[in-house]
Amino acid sequence: MARLELIDLSKRYGEHAVVKGVTLDVAEGEFLVLLGPSGCGKTTTLRMIAGFVEPSGGTARIGGIDVTYLPPWRRNTGMVFQSYALFPHMTVMENVAFGLEMRKLPKGEIAARAREALRLVRLDAFAERLPRQLSGGQQQRVALARALAIRPAVLLLDEPLSNLDAKLREEVRIEIRELQRQLGLTTIMVTHDQEEALTVADRLVVMADGEIRQIGTQRDLYERPADRFVAGFVGRSIFLDGRIVEPGIFESAGGLRLHSASHVPPGPATLALRPERLSLEPERSLDNRLPGRVEFVSYLGAVLEAHVRLSPADRVVVQLPNRAGSAPSVGDEVEVGWSREAGLVFAGQERTGAVEERT
Amino acid sequence: MDATLAPHRLDALSAGARPRADARRWGRWALNGAAALSLGFILLPLLLVTWLAFFRQEIPSFPPEGYSVRWFGAVANNKIFVNGFLLSLQVGIAATLIGLALAVPASLAIARRRFFGREPINTLLLMPLVVPGVVLGTAIYVFQIETEIATGLPVLGSTAGLVAAHALIVIPWAVRLVTASFAGFDPTIEEAAKNLGAPPFTTFRRVTLPAIRPGIVAAALFGFVMSFGNLEMSLFLVGAGRTTLPIAILQYLEWKIDPTVAAVSVLQIVLIGAAMIVTDRYVKISQVV
Repeated sequence: MARLELIDLSKRYGEHAVVKGVTLDVAEGEFLVLLGPSGCGKTTTLRMIAGFVEPSGGTARIGGIDVTYLPPWRRNTGMVFQSYALFPHMTVMENVAFGLEMRKLPKGEIAARAREALRLVRLDAFAERLPRQLSGGQQQRVALARALAIRPAVLLLDEPLSNLDAKLREEVRIEIRELQRQLGLTTIMVTHDQEEALTVADRLVVMADGEIRQIGTQRDLYERPADRFVAGFVGRSIFLDGRIVEPGIFESAGGLRLHSASHVPPGPATLALRPERLSLEPERSLDNRLPGRVEFVSYLGAVLEAHVRLSPADRVVVQLPNRAGSAPSVGDEVEVGWSREAGLVFAGQERTGAVEERT
Repeated sequence: MDATLAPHRLDALSAGARPRADARRWGRWALNGAAALSLGFILLPLLLVTWLAFFRQEIPSFPPEGYSVRWFGAVANNKIFVNGFLLSLQVGIAATLIGLALAVPASLAIARRRFFGREPINTLLLMPLVVPGVVLGTAIYVFQIETEIATGLPVLGSTAGLVAAHALIVIPWAVRLVTASFAGFDPTIEEAAKNLGAPPFTTFRRVTLPAIRPGIVAAALFGFVMSFGNLEMSLFLVGAGRTTLPIAILQYLEWKIDPTVAAVSVLQIVLIGAAMIVTDRYVKISQVV
């Protein structure tokens, strides 16, 4: 339970920079999630905190103490690995007690604390089993208990749920979150799964190409993405290319003049729209109301998605609630509308190479 | 009526599938037959030697005139055999321990690290297995003479010299088996141990070593057997009056062909067989080899 500070932490392999100056301040008891596509440097950052990767520059502090060049066994971080990395020749109990033994605690205390950690993950009945006699979900909980038993200053979770099936993953992530809150543990989790990240985090860090793109709460990232990459990576956005022609007016590649509340100076720009903020039955008062033709409809159960062509160069996706009798069909002439606040404009049209959707 | 009709109809239905099932059955027979034949080929000499060890007459001839265990007594009373056995045992154990002490760190480096010259070193460590025993023996013989001339130390014919040479033939087996046991080992397990507060040596002792233990036990067993049974190389290196068991057997055979030699062999087979069975109880060698 301690504050974690990373100051301009970086890692280079030869000429190749994997992490380019990451600065983070994680408060005591905070659950921070590093989110990003594979290869963005999030795992390397986590491994630098654990001490498995030596930083090329910068500083890492745990509880105010500089740990930048401390070996892993002197750091008091508790890590849960993607592969769980349980000791195969030791029982569940011996696995959980290992870290306490290394701390040279008296025998009685080791047994008591190991048992307590197993009780926390509801595995006290399995103490004498070997890891291979447990299911994947149980192994995952042993790994968690092993990390919790040492009462780490910082809990590190490296894609801890990626080897579980979808249903179990939802249960376990809520369980982890509740345990973390109950114990008040400073926690860093790495994941590429945005739903997972949004469920558990107090704050999220979006990373790409070894850099932090944005730090904030779920709402910050979703409502006010810092750049086009974040807008495409967190939640879903439809992008229209074009330019700002005068303050508040975006002109698309297809020549549509659209109102926007963004303060981007005139020049090339990209407009990002969230499909659920668009409507096919726009109120009279909306700033942007445009005629279009439905080209494609996906039926997703609770919601429908209509792909609507607004001009030869512009197509948007509109998400609608699935109400009886209101489904549009392909070829329908419709009117699409959204408020000026719903459209986010980013200067420039650079391709970030990130996950984004073209229509 | 129905009861007789049903199988008939089934036959007609499965007629198309029949040739394939037949082929599969024949294939299985052929495989089992070949396996039995090979096993017999391997076991036959062992069985014959065992049989021979219990013949009563001095000159082995068929059929036996009767059975006796007196040749086993003859072995126990033969000083050369007893001393040879003890020397082979000593050399085998010492060579195995030295070979393992060198091979385990070497295997660790080969399996884990990517360094310049890794492949050549790996090949080099397997070389003693490839070089014929006589060549190896000659080479070490010459080397030991030269060392003796250069340093004045009594190397040739000493137990130390013999142990060193035997360690050489233990190494290839040990390296092969120990590197193989690293293949299925997840290195993040070591990271987990370090994360929990274990320094590198503790991590090795508590986590890495137990994981590769089957490989090490198998390596010790095979290394010992290779050393214990070695004849060609040892011939060059033993001192006067100090012979290993295989050499003692060879020398005995120059003068006599009574079943004493068969009895010695049976004892050797039983010893090694027992060692394998006992170790397999504790460590599943079959997982490694």
